[in-house]
Amino acid sequence: MDYFLELFVGGLTRGSIYALIALGYTMVYGIIELINFAHGEIYMIGAFTALIVASALSLLGMSGWSLLMLAGVIAVIYSAAYGFTLEKIAYKPLRKAQRLSPLISAIGMSIFLQNYVLLAQTSDFLSFPALIKEFSFMENVTIMRSSELVIFITTAIATILLSLFIKFTRMGKAMRAVAQDKTMAMLLGVNVNRVISVTFIIGSALAAVGGVLISSHIGQINFYIGFIAGIKAFTAAVLGGIGSVPGAVLGGLVLGWTESFATGYVSSDYEDVFAFGLLVFILIFRPSGILGKTSSEKV
Amino acid sequence: MRELLMLCLAGLFYEVLTEIFQEIQSKGEEGMKRSLIFLMATAFILFTGSAFAADTVKLGVAGAHSGDLASYGLPTLNAAKLVVGDVNAKGGVLGKKVEILPADDVCKPEVAANVASKLVSDGANVVLGHICSGATKAALNTYKEAKIVVISPSATNVDLTKSGDYPNFFRTISPDDSQAKLEVDFALNKLKVKKVAVIHDKGDYGKGLAEFAKADFEKRGINPVLFEGITPGAVDYSAIVQKIKNSGADAVIYGGYHPEAAKIVSAMKKKKMKTFFISDDGVKDDTFIKVAGQFAEGVYATGPMDTSKNPMAIAAIDQHKKVYGSDPGALYLNAYAATICLLQAIDKAGSTNIDAVSKALRTNWFETPLGKISFDERGDAKGIGFSMYEVEKGKYVEVGK
Repeated sequence: MDYFLELFVGGLTRGSIYALIALGYTMVYGIIELINFAHGEIYMIGAFTALIVASALSLLGMSGWSLLMLAGVIAVIYSAAYGFTLEKIAYKPLRKAQRLSPLISAIGMSIFLQNYVLLAQTSDFLSFPALIKEFSFMENVTIMRSSELVIFITTAIATILLSLFIKFTRMGKAMRAVAQDKTMAMLLGVNVNRVISVTFIIGSALAAVGGVLISSHIGQINFYIGFIAGIKAFTAAVLGGIGSVPGAVLGGLVLGWTESFATGYVSSDYEDVFAFGLLVFILIFRPSGILGKTSSEKV
Repeated sequence: MRELLMLCLAGLFYEVLTEIFQEIQSKGEEGMKRSLIFLMATAFILFTGSAFAADTVKLGVAGAHSGDLASYGLPTLNAAKLVVGDVNAKGGVLGKKVEILPADDVCKPEVAANVASKLVSDGANVVLGHICSGATKAALNTYKEAKIVVISPSATNVDLTKSGDYPNFFRTISPDDSQAKLEVDFALNKLKVKKVAVIHDKGDYGKGLAEFAKADFEKRGINPVLFEGITPGAVDYSAIVQKIKNSGADAVIYGGYHPEAAKIVSAMKKKKMKTFFISDDGVKDDTFIKVAGQFAEGVYATGPMDTSKNPMAIAAIDQHKKVYGSDPGALYLNAYAATICLLQAIDKAGSTNIDAVSKALRTNWFETPLGKISFDERGDAKGIGFSMYEVEKGKYVEVGK
């Protein structure tokens, strides 16, 4: 039973990180029908920023929760700025272009950001400090570690806050409106540019949170971590229904558990086979994902 | 001879230029486009022509010079530069200077194949590289067809020499089966473990090593409780660590490189597992200790035998410190030795012809920082071997046999 629970917790951790990144993918797609391939790199930049800030602050003698909070907040602000700028330079000018152009632009920005960090920082793997302290009440718990608990709780809080934001605030309503019909929203006086910027900012912030948390958990980062995390998170978003916020979270968790149990009970060799096989299987029966809405073209 | 060729090419170029001007005048835009293409084609031919004009012995140095495995490739490049500098100062090889053609393959097989084609077309006479087994394997056919001798300081996949497919390949490092045998012997004789888990990273190097380890264990009557591959670069490895813990293995034999090893070892130690971690020369790297930090303590890894008492080795390391201001990294001495053997073999053979150089490598003994070495009919080096190392107080220390 312990083994099952450990795999469950492992899958939950992984799934939470996928969910945090997938939220960014799904929100951006919902608003402007663009798959932001550079999103994985925002996650990576969040991790790097936190590392730099944490190293600087710990030299000044800071430690514990305040270090994690401060490093996390600065990483979030910095990544949000990156997301905002990314949208303004790479996607906004191409809003009226054919579908393929912003996609290529996104891939280009992804490669650009990876190599920028590679040149500005280093190609080496860097050790990331364990910013999440071990809880004393968790000492005897073997199935879950403190950092895994923190990841789970943070993801839950972030998801709840985001859902409340989208449902009850004016900006949230504006986001839903723009996602439904951009032109009509514009005609009704919604500032579409601002809505799009806010979407990118929120998505990037969530990805940065994910980056900081998982890097504290794993202990190392590298300029390339955004690549695989991005692909898996994108898969999670599609699995749950791209464009749907609860879908992204569900997709992330389902993907995380599938991978974890596939490794634990079958073989680690087939981890990715199971993950992507599941994606194909779901898409065959529900082409728009588990919670996706089938949108009909109105003529 | 060369000068005549250059003159002919220059003349041709002049002819083409005048023709182009006439065409532009007569046909306007259409002629302009065609002529531009013609012009570029001739310029291209001229430039490649000039590559043949230079008279040097070209040593291609291929490996990971950037990316996450650059710490394995850059020391080799530095070693080549230092050795070539010394050789050129003494007059070069066959009366010509040696020229280095660096080529970055980021340890990826697809890139390595392209790199090999480029080195061949750039006129490389011999090649030092590649670094990673997968990349080397992908590149060797290109070199074989171009009849170029290749010597690697680090590609340890056994098939590269034992299969007989690549008679142009040599290496100054022992192949993986000897590494695997050392790991298995150590686990069973020194650590006296009963249950083992064998994990690899699905790559040519890691999986090859893991399969040899598995076969060795089975020969000794022990079936590994786990034999699985992980995907490098994944977000988290808790599932495989859980599986190892659940299997009750006393030791993990890991075939692969240091990034994943660091992640797995950290996860294992954080889960308070007492399992031994034994790995290969892909993990015997200071970057592993730097990244894994305190969790690296007690990790075992095989690596080339300790040659720190060898006077040539001491001199080579001092030279690196003086020129580059830092300690050389992994495989530096292997690369230093490889370059020395290659260049001396060319001198002894009297040419860069593949058969002559191969014969010279096999029939002569060379003084290198690794000791006195030669090469057997398969291309493996005679006179070198592997040792087991353990991380003690943040450094790799050779473990007594």
